[in-house]
Amino acid sequence: MLPHPVLEVEDIAIRFGEVQALDGVSLRVNPGECIGLVGHNGAGKSTIVSVINGGLTPHRGKISGDGQSLLSYGIGVARNRGVRCVFQELSLCPNLSIIENTRIMHRNLGGFGWRAKAAAIISNSLDLVFPNHGIDISASVGSLSIAERQMIEIAMAFSDAGTPPRLVILDEPTSSLDAGVASQLLSHVGRFVAAGGAVLLISHILHEVLSIASRIIVMKDGQICAERPASQFTHASLVEAMGSVASAVEARQSAAKSTKSALFLALTRGLSFEARRGEIVGLAGLGGHGQTDMLLALFEHHSPNWLPRRDPEVAFVAGDRRENGIFELWSILRNMTIAALPDLSPRGFVHDNAETGRGADWKSRIGIRTPDMENRILSLSGGNQQKVLFARALSTRAPVVLMDDPMRGVDVGTKHEVYRIIRAEADAGRTFVWYSTEMEEMSLCDRVYVFRDGAIVEELAGDAISERAILAASFAGAAT
Amino acid sequence: MKMSSKYMRLLVPVLSLLLLLAGVFYLQPRAMSYMGLNLLFNLAVPIALATIAQMLIMSVNDLDLSMGTFVSFVACVTATYLNDTPALGALILLAAIAVYAVMGVVIYLRNLPSIVVTLGMSFIWAGLAVLLLPAPGGTAPVWIRSLMISKPPLVPMAIIASAIIAVVAHVIVMRSSFGVLIRGVGGNQRSVERAGWSIIAARGGAYALAACFAVAAGITLVGLATSADANIALRYTLLSIAGVILGGGEFTGGRVSPIGAVIGALTLTLAGSFLSFLRISPDWQIGAQGVILILVLALRLIFSGRTAKTARSAKT
Repeated sequence: MLPHPVLEVEDIAIRFGEVQALDGVSLRVNPGECIGLVGHNGAGKSTIVSVINGGLTPHRGKISGDGQSLLSYGIGVARNRGVRCVFQELSLCPNLSIIENTRIMHRNLGGFGWRAKAAAIISNSLDLVFPNHGIDISASVGSLSIAERQMIEIAMAFSDAGTPPRLVILDEPTSSLDAGVASQLLSHVGRFVAAGGAVLLISHILHEVLSIASRIIVMKDGQICAERPASQFTHASLVEAMGSVASAVEARQSAAKSTKSALFLALTRGLSFEARRGEIVGLAGLGGHGQTDMLLALFEHHSPNWLPRRDPEVAFVAGDRRENGIFELWSILRNMTIAALPDLSPRGFVHDNAETGRGADWKSRIGIRTPDMENRILSLSGGNQQKVLFARALSTRAPVVLMDDPMRGVDVGTKHEVYRIIRAEADAGRTFVWYSTEMEEMSLCDRVYVFRDGAIVEELAGDAISERAILAASFAGAAT
Repeated sequence: MKMSSKYMRLLVPVLSLLLLLAGVFYLQPRAMSYMGLNLLFNLAVPIALATIAQMLIMSVNDLDLSMGTFVSFVACVTATYLNDTPALGALILLAAIAVYAVMGVVIYLRNLPSIVVTLGMSFIWAGLAVLLLPAPGGTAPVWIRSLMISKPPLVPMAIIASAIIAVVAHVIVMRSSFGVLIRGVGGNQRSVERAGWSIIAARGGAYALAACFAVAAGITLVGLATSADANIALRYTLLSIAGVILGGGEFTGGRVSPIGAVIGALTLTLAGSFLSFLRISPDWQIGAQGVILILVLALRLIFSGRTAKTARSAKT
């Protein structure tokens, strides 16, 4: 007889207006198992997570835990049963200190001296999950880097203040972490599972899922379309099960392009930066080693400070879309056309037809899945929001597009669509400067600059770009 | 460097207060006495209380445009009912606090802009105040009068009261669990909700607490003025907002500082005296006060710009 599952949902259905987000999903989480949950953006992964953590009440279906049926299931019940969640978008209070955030996360942590208790709880958990993290827990969350915030959030989920965590849901936990920290997390997941905890891991980084999960569930269009032990999946079969065509990434064109320089920036330390017309230049290296600063410097250098210009030189695709990408209250269309408004407003007034036309054009070109461009931007899934941000940058006439890790948390299918568009645009003469933490994306670039400690330490071109070469350059010297 | 941002936030308000104080003492050395300090800061006590009230509302990302009329209303109640029939007066004030709590809940539940709701409420408070006291009058209750004019040894009442307000507000807002909760609501309401807290309770509580401080503001104001008037505290709306901002608070994001807010209120009060000592005609005083406000904010911008630059390398 199997042990009772920590949590079991049966035949869950949820509708958002016209969209059937979940359609008869059943899922069983046993103690001591790590379940990998994969699927396209919009497949319903985040929705099922919301059901499990109590944030959404399903319109149909049954939830039970430890063998007993739970009729009134909500956030409070879920937390009392030890269900914890790390969300894809960061969800800490930036104005509070780490200790105060711990207080918010643990409701029962009241009374006198709660600060000391909270400090002990979070620092224990941080030390356990990320040894040698070097984070000052009295700091306010707003002063931390994205990676550090993600680490805090993960440590928060594994922390124990009375009710020990039993089921931890990790939604794209490694998307902002560099390789070393990510492997610390994965090995902690291993320890946690070995001790009888359960983990539900959602990730687009398939080798992570394949290596850590014991069972993999593939979702598609609000249903579970495959469920097998991880050993029976391979990278290719997983991609196939998700239903995205694993189109081979087009080989980069090593043929010498135009030698006309599009961007140049002399740096005080290390090599100088240069990008030529029609080139895709990658910025690689470990996260937070100066790549974003470089992009911002390029942007500031080439955009007017006071009056907007009719012909922008550079366009920017932000990585942290919640914080500096989307206008949450605006429609999809407005979010898309904001960068190109000078083109659409010949006499100072926005030309409605031109705007709608431009929107429809890009909607079909980049494949934004929405019935109506007038819908709010937040009605889109994360990957589609990111597509809108791409369309925003690409629909300008700027010859150079700067991209700050734009594929964070985007599903494989969408990624490949965007890769194709980027390649086509580059062939048409656009220049791309692309910072990414994913090696696969670096291999799409014509040339790669590797960053370390805020300076360019290596330039790789053409076939010299490889994971090994980039890693070697990112770590060289650091070991000595 | 990491700890400094917390103190940085307080540095500008403290510096501007000291600078103004130095200016006042230079112009009028006789102000540098027990009596002088008390006179300078007397009227700051109700303003500081109203500023703390406004700060609580701002810490949940709202704004209270009815602060001035509400304090006027409380003053009218204090000078009439609270003096004549204390039990009924206290009941009215408690009911007013309850109305604030309900207002906070309604604003959240109906997803209304707080500016619109409080602006509407300001007319209601103003109307009630006029009904109570159509003409200036009433009498301050003896106990508050004697408290406000009491002369403790060494340090004047105004300074002690401001310090107590600052400490109490600091403990509630910055140290207590409840304070963390309401600042958390201002910082990221969704994550607070996901942790299983009731946002209704948090927002209702924040508004009720703000109303408590505003009630205290009205009572102390009557204690100083001895009588009340329906328009007695109209300028408190903008003064309280300016005080919070001067003290290092921000309109959104739950970033507030109670000690800074009290200092901001003191600075604003002092700015008026400073301008009088400069013999600037009252016609120009409001404009000159605005200039002081802009100068302080500019100073803060320069400081925060510098810290942002040093923090940026860590942030991205």
